[in-house]
Amino acid sequence: MGAVFALVTVLAFVIVVYVGVGIAGLRGLFGIVIPYAAFLVFLIGMVYRMIEWAKIPVPFRIVTTCGQQKSFRWVKRSRLESPYNNFEVVLRMILEVFAFRSLFRNLKAEIKGPNLIYGSYKWLWLGAIAFHYAFFTILLRHFRFFSYPVPEPIQILDQIDSFFHIGLPHLYMTDVVILAALTFLFLRRLADPKLRYISLASDYLPLFMIYGLVISGILMRHFFKVDVTQVKEFTLGLVHFHPKAPQVGVIFYIHIFFLSALMAYFPFSKLVHMLGVFFSPTRNLANNSRAVRHQPAPWWKKPKFKTYCEWQEEFKEQLIESGQPIDEDCYEKK
Amino acid sequence: MAKLPKPDELIKSIDWTPPEKDWMDDIPPEIKPGRYCYPAKKNIVEEIGFPNPRDWSPLDEDWKLPSNFREIIIEGMKDRLSKYRSFKVFMDICVRCGACADKCHYFLGSGDPKNMPVLRAELLRSIYKGELTWQGKLFGKLAGARKLNEDVIKEWFYYYYQCSECRRCSVFCPYGIDTCEVTMMGRELLHLVGCNINWILEPVRNCFKIGNHIGIPPHTIKEIIEYLLWDIEEVTGVKMEVPFNKKGAEILFVTPSGDYFAEPGIYTMMGYIILFNYLGLDWTMSTYASEGGNFGLFTSHEAMAKINAKIYHEAERLKVRFIIGGECGHMWRVKHQYMDTATGPAPKNLEVPRSPITGTVFEHAKSTKMIHVCEFTADLIAHGKLELDPSRNDKYVVTFHDSCNPSRGMGFFEEPRYILKHVCNNFYDMPENTIREKTFCCGSGSGLNTDEFMEMRMRGGFPRANAVQYVRDKYGVNMLACICAIDRAALPTLMNYWAPEVGVCGVHELVANALVLPHEKTGERPRTLDMRQQPLKPEEEENA
Repeated sequence: MGAVFALVTVLAFVIVVYVGVGIAGLRGLFGIVIPYAAFLVFLIGMVYRMIEWAKIPVPFRIVTTCGQQKSFRWVKRSRLESPYNNFEVVLRMILEVFAFRSLFRNLKAEIKGPNLIYGSYKWLWLGAIAFHYAFFTILLRHFRFFSYPVPEPIQILDQIDSFFHIGLPHLYMTDVVILAALTFLFLRRLADPKLRYISLASDYLPLFMIYGLVISGILMRHFFKVDVTQVKEFTLGLVHFHPKAPQVGVIFYIHIFFLSALMAYFPFSKLVHMLGVFFSPTRNLANNSRAVRHQPAPWWKKPKFKTYCEWQEEFKEQLIESGQPIDEDCYEKK
Repeated sequence: MAKLPKPDELIKSIDWTPPEKDWMDDIPPEIKPGRYCYPAKKNIVEEIGFPNPRDWSPLDEDWKLPSNFREIIIEGMKDRLSKYRSFKVFMDICVRCGACADKCHYFLGSGDPKNMPVLRAELLRSIYKGELTWQGKLFGKLAGARKLNEDVIKEWFYYYYQCSECRRCSVFCPYGIDTCEVTMMGRELLHLVGCNINWILEPVRNCFKIGNHIGIPPHTIKEIIEYLLWDIEEVTGVKMEVPFNKKGAEILFVTPSGDYFAEPGIYTMMGYIILFNYLGLDWTMSTYASEGGNFGLFTSHEAMAKINAKIYHEAERLKVRFIIGGECGHMWRVKHQYMDTATGPAPKNLEVPRSPITGTVFEHAKSTKMIHVCEFTADLIAHGKLELDPSRNDKYVVTFHDSCNPSRGMGFFEEPRYILKHVCNNFYDMPENTIREKTFCCGSGSGLNTDEFMEMRMRGGFPRANAVQYVRDKYGVNMLACICAIDRAALPTLMNYWAPEVGVCGVHELVANALVLPHEKTGERPRTLDMRQQPLKPEEEENA
């Protein structure tokens, strides 16, 4: 159901743009107003989410330790899986954010006869890493539209990405990779009954929006070719705040619309995991809570409990009978 | 009590394929016998001072919730979202990638889809979205949101007491989402409307009032320990001592009450006593702070702190220099990650722990001033301060169960293994995906080690037991060592069910078996019995 809803939504996006630009000719709205608005929503939304999280205290140091703690000199400790100081935390986070360390641990459980066995299962990691890096590279590549002259690193990236010189214009490897990764991430949600069970419309929607974004981009480059000079004039215009909507095919506007939709959707959906991972207290704290006191949250109050003297009063007889010492200090104070 | 299926029937009944029906509509849950714990008794709830004390049963149609339970829960949720960043972030960022799905022992053993960590969190997340976010209010089910009602409360109660807060899922989550945090919040919210279980709250009440989970009064503690001292004399020929409430002692020793209450914990207790007497430590136990464990952790952050606070209070009164903590899992989660913040800073009379025998300064505990007894012992062994005869444990082929909390809440892997490798000759680890940070819960953690929960305990313990079976069949393992009192209480039942002939012991039981006392060294009275008063070398006994 969720998948169907997401698909319908994405198709509706295409129709809206087709009607809006192709028929009604609202190039200014779809080319300038919506993208600016979406970008603003994205920026403000992301900052808002970060402030929202940052304002909430972290009352306890609840690190998930995935390696040996620091104890004795002769015990080899794991700096990356059980960081003891902030520098090691940074290393752990780098590994998590850039290499998806935790996902790399993934296992698949299977019952074979009377045995429960666990096989290494890196497909999810591979799919995720392929998707995220392809997306990131594509994003970087697009900076050639937003800069003049195009910085050399972007040009080099472009050349590497189209290294195989397949077709004209050259086919980008990242386009192939991202399509494959998206397809994998989508199909696994359908194919695995457990995943199908947990998947919501809001899990399929971002996948389909990115599909739309990628496919419209590929179509524009290889099939419904648009006038790149006009496009670049437009994108540079966006950067310098005097944009002029280009007279190019609807496919370009569809591409821009998917991007806008994704940007506006980002801060208010599960896609905020991009920022959230940095705020996760099980990963971003040092496992040194016995050496360095983690300051309590402002709201934390020390508990009231039965003091020794109160307890001694209650059990005095038993204490005396069994020959346990009575603390006279309890009475002196009074 | 529900009838327990036979092990082979139980395995056959496991099906990980979820039903076709949407999980959101699948409420209220069918509350199955053997899979839920009895609710807290009215008088217990009253004594603790928690809301809505009453007589009720989860099998009832009407749970007698307060009429404004919706407002209570939603307000409680808002409050906690503003107090715990973990809760808020974990509610916001899950992408439902499913990496955690088959990491939960309760899911692996039951196949109940709501035991997948992602879905367990979603039970709360859906209410958070539906009641507190505009996205959820606007898009409802499409955004994974729903409204709170009585059936949801029933679902929460059922599934938040089918989570042992073991945090295995958190290891595999790409964002470190920790279901334990979610379950803790779920349970705290349930307390607000009076839905809780007796197996947790009664120990909490006992701790508040008397000083330990079991509710043993001070004179009885002393009696029990005296029995153990007789047993020790029987085994070693030496009359040993346990000082109680001794002011000015160097070390306060705190251990879970399970260690002096029941088998096989008592053998571990004997182990500590023999070790400390062997070393001639200046130590004391307290009959006031007579509980190392902390079922408050399974109740609420406040209850946890209230129980833990007694330890520093007592350490201050007795003017000890530092604290040693016994072998216990959740206790060490509290001592390592919560104690200092919640009830610290440590009283001024405490000093950075320094072993009086080796001089080692435990820098990593310089703030809490509390060390694990395995750290203490491992350091002794490393300095050659213990005369050990590992062959005394030769009748055992030992494996080690990493308890969840010291593993994933502390990173405590090498110290106990180091000890084991020095006190016994036959040690084999279980397969790598089932130990260390990937270790499996005993199936009874977080206050669920009660008899009425037996089927779920055996299901949840299946992954752990299956790995034990593996080393039993491959290496002949017949002893499962662990450093957790709940393990020592729960694992014998689990082994009995899944892996018969495998015993359960604490690490310090094996230490005491191997420890060569001065008079034994001279051959005055060679040791023939182990802590359980069984012959150390059964075959020789037979031959003789």
